[in-house]
This record gives sequence, C-alpha cells and structure tokens, in this order.
Amino acid sequence: MKLKSEANSGERLYKIFIYVVLGLLAVLILVPVLWVVMASVKETVEHYGNPWALPTHLHWQNFVDAWNKADMGAYMGHSVLVTGLALVILLVVALPASYCLARFKFVGQKFFNTCFMAGLFINVNYIVVPIYLMLADGDKWLKNFLGNTFLLNNHVVVAIVYAATALPFTIYLLSSYFATLPHDFEEAAYIDGAGYWRTMLEIIFPMAKPSIITVVLFNFLSFWNEYIIVKTLVVDKDLWTLPAGLLNLMQAQQSAAEYGPMYAGLVLVMLPVLILYMCVQKNLTKGMTVGGLKG
Amino acid sequence: MKSNLKRRAFVFACVAPAVILFTIFMVVPTFNVFRLSLFQRSTFNPEETFIGLQNFEMLMKDAAFIRSMQNMLLLIVMVTIFTMGTALLFAGILTREKLKGQNFFRIVFYIPNILSVVVISGIFSAIYAPDDTGMLNSILGLFGGKNIAWKGEQHVMTSIVIAMVWQAIGYYMVMYMSSMAAVPESLYESAGLDGASRVAQFFQITIPLIWTNIRTTLTFFVISTINMAYLFVTAMTGGGPNRASNVALFYMYEQKNKSGYGYAMAIGVVIFLVSFGLSALVNKVTEREVLEY
Repeated sequence: MKLKSEANSGERLYKIFIYVVLGLLAVLILVPVLWVVMASVKETVEHYGNPWALPTHLHWQNFVDAWNKADMGAYMGHSVLVTGLALVILLVVALPASYCLARFKFVGQKFFNTCFMAGLFINVNYIVVPIYLMLADGDKWLKNFLGNTFLLNNHVVVAIVYAATALPFTIYLLSSYFATLPHDFEEAAYIDGAGYWRTMLEIIFPMAKPSIITVVLFNFLSFWNEYIIVKTLVVDKDLWTLPAGLLNLMQAQQSAAEYGPMYAGLVLVMLPVLILYMCVQKNLTKGMTVGGLKG
Repeated sequence: MKSNLKRRAFVFACVAPAVILFTIFMVVPTFNVFRLSLFQRSTFNPEETFIGLQNFEMLMKDAAFIRSMQNMLLLIVMVTIFTMGTALLFAGILTREKLKGQNFFRIVFYIPNILSVVVISGIFSAIYAPDDTGMLNSILGLFGGKNIAWKGEQHVMTSIVIAMVWQAIGYYMVMYMSSMAAVPESLYESAGLDGASRVAQFFQITIPLIWTNIRTTLTFFVISTINMAYLFVTAMTGGGPNRASNVALFYMYEQKNKSGYGYAMAIGVVIFLVSFGLSALVNKVTEREVLEY
C-alpha cells in the first residue's frame, strides 16, 4: 500500500513539473506579444521608463499617427489587394492543374509531377533577383516599344509572382488529396452525362473544400507576411505592402526614437492574422499533417 | 475519337496555365541564377560579359563571404538542434500525458509561426533593447546583473538563434504531435507492463515510429532555415554590427548592388549547392528501416 502511494506522489510531482514547464513556455510566447500590444498605447515618454509599467492611459494617437503619418493605412490597402489577388490567381491555376495531375493519365504527367516536386526545393529568395532582372529588362523593352513601362512597381505582377512561387507547395498538397478519391465519382458523373468541366467544378471541387481551406490559410499567411519579393519588385516605396512598410518604419522610428507609432504599426500587421487564427486554428493545426513540407 | 480530343483539350486547359507560370517565374529564374553566375553584369548596365568561373574564384578569396557562410552554417546547426530537440520533447509530453488545457497550449505554441518575421523582429527589438528599457535587461537587473548588449557583436548570433527557435518551435511541435497521436496506445501499455520507463518509451517507441516524419522535416528544415536566417537578419540586424551577423543570402543581396549581379548570383549558386548537399546529407544520415505499427 505504501509503495503505491509513493508512486502516486511521484506521479503527481511529475505532472506538476510538466505543467510548470509548459506554462513557462506559454508565458515566454504570450508575454512578448502582449507586451507589444501594451506598448502600442503608451505615450512617448513612457517608453523610456520601466518596460513593465502599465500605460497610464490609452494613447490611441499612436494608431492614428501610424495609419495617417506613417502611411500604414495605404500599406494595409496594398496588402489586402496583393494578398487577395494572389490567392485568387493561385486557386484558379492550381486547382484544375492538381486535379488533372493527380487523376488523369496523359503524356508528360510524370514529368510535370516531378518538376513541381522539385520546385519545393527552390528557394524563392534567390530567384527573386533574376525575376527582378527579367522584369526590369522587360520594362526597358516596353519603354522603347510603347513608351510605357508596367512590369515593375505593379501589384498585379507581384500577386502573379506570389501565386507562381506558391504553386509547387499548393499542387503537392492538393494533388495528394485528389489522389485519395475513388474513381467512382467521375464514372457516375460521366454516365449521367456530365462533361469533364462540370464534373470537376460541381462534384470534385466541393468535396475538396477542407483541403482548399488549408491551402488558402497557409498561403494567406505567407503572402500577408511576405516582404522580400515586394521590396525587390516594387521600387517605389509608396506602393509597398504592410510588412515592407513596417520594416521601413521600424528602421526610421528607431533612429527618431518614436516608439509609439512603431508598436502601433506592429499591432496593425499582427491583428488580422491573430483574429483569423483564433477563428480557424482547428483547421490550421489539422492541416499540419499534410502541410509538413512548408518551407 | 471525338471524346479523346475533348479529354486532351480539357487536360491541356487545366495544366497549361500552371506549367506556364511555373516555367516563367521558377524554372527560368533558377536557370538564370546559374547562367548569370558565369557572367559579369553591373548594377546599372544590363550588358552581360561572359567571364567563366572568375566570379567563383573571387568568392573563394572573399573573407566576408566565407564568414557569412560560416554564420549560415552555425545558424543551421544551432537552430535545428534546439528547435527539433525541444519540439520533439514537448510533443512527446503533450501527446502522452492526459493534461488539462492541452488545446490551449497547442494554440499558444503555434502563435509565433503565424506572425511575420518583421513583427517578430519588432518584438525582439523590445526584448533585446540594450538599456534598462529592454525586457531582458530589466529582468537581469532584478537579479543584479549588468545590462548586456544583446545585439552587440559578441552576442548577436545567440540572440538570432533564440528568436529563430522561438518562431519555429510551435510549428514543429504541432506537427510531431499529430504524427505521434497516430501511434497506437497498446504499444505503450505493453511496454509499461514490461516496466519500460517514460524515457525509454519515448526513445524506443515514439521516436522510431515517427522517424519518417522526423526525417522529412529535417531535410526540409535545412532549406527553410537558410531562408529564415536571411529574413531574420534583414529585419533584425541588417547583417551588423561589423558583419557579425551577416548570413550568406544577406551577403548576396548586399553584393548585387556592390559587385554586380554576376557575383551575387555566384553566391546564390554556392548557397544552392550547399543547401542541396546538406539536405541530401541529412537524408542519407537519417536513413533507417521504416517501422510500421
């Protein structure tokens, strides 16, 4: 009997220990994030005092300054535009392609599948430079030809580049789902007289909804948070997206020592993502098993 | 015959846009990285002169480049060890023990992964501020410690490792948790009856059974860390102070304006080959017989 109660108390100690460690890790993640939210409503003088002091009052002016003076409002607009457009292009292009690559036998099918798989190993950060050169050379040619340039400094082009570079991961994820479906679905549809297009759009895609949601979530996060491509392909700073603009603001504000608007800017970038995460966290963490290869 | 034609037209219409986009924005640029590395092309003049392997010869003598490669490798090794080690350990604990608030922990641990690296850099600037207003230094002060210049030459790499591990841990933890959850409970029960301790169970049941998953993540982690290291350095330190935190990809971007595109792309080629080689190496070293349950 005594032995058993000793084992139980050992067990209990172990459990307490685990809770403490897990709690500590949770604190290490939550505290810095909450601290930034708190700092975003502090006045300038307060940023020079004790970092743990609560704000004396809610200084919303920081957000107004960030939105108007630091152009965060405009950057937000660009971010919404680029991210939304890129997601639409990606889905329109990747969905039919993944469906065909996974379920139709045709000449070159294996070759294309291998190519897209190999694409997973391409690091976007160094092909951005050749992409920039390609667009810059294209612009030069256009200028001679039409007297007008439109490849650089163009949100649509940025969205297309986002979509194109997300293709390997997205196609990999979607076709691994499509490959699991039994062929009976199509056969039944064909017998009923539905064509290839109708079968794909009205029968197959609705079934793929959970996978599509996963794809949209992962790519939303990567497009929304991206700043290397945008900083390279958009030379005009006024046209940047939120993270690129924020980086600029961070570098400027730190020398000017105006921390308030900077933290307000951080919150503005963080907030949409956090709200979305709270709404869909189940989908996101469930999609992990298939999303294991995300770079 | 007619239906065959229809079928072909359908497949072509579906696959062609993806292939075209992929070719223009991924295949051609990748090819151009390699091609340009053999040329000289200055920043403002689009003329390209073939110079063979000269760029690479210059690179081998470039001390700043070698330092940036060393920094990159250091980050890969340190971040991998700490991230994977902790993620596996915590995932093992969270899946095996029946704890209250599991879901809460999972949600919280995943948060850093959804934040932009710019945001994380902003957060860590506040943590690392060199005077009393910094979170870390103010805590150190409580214990009578002196202020540390976290982003100074001496500590900057450690600081970046901490930030990168902070960002990556949750993602890998949630991933390992989902593969560990698939391991049948009966295996642990019989091991428990045989008197195997928790630690023994972890190393002899859990780890071997999810090995395929660990192997895949490790292989891709190399590439992802090269990427993330660049993102972090760009946003957090700008390669400074005094080049102490310069990593290879960051150096590439610096050099495209200073030494021209050819030289920058030669750096790109070296990083590409190193990352590919490392991934292959990791893949080879971690090869085990696949166990099934």
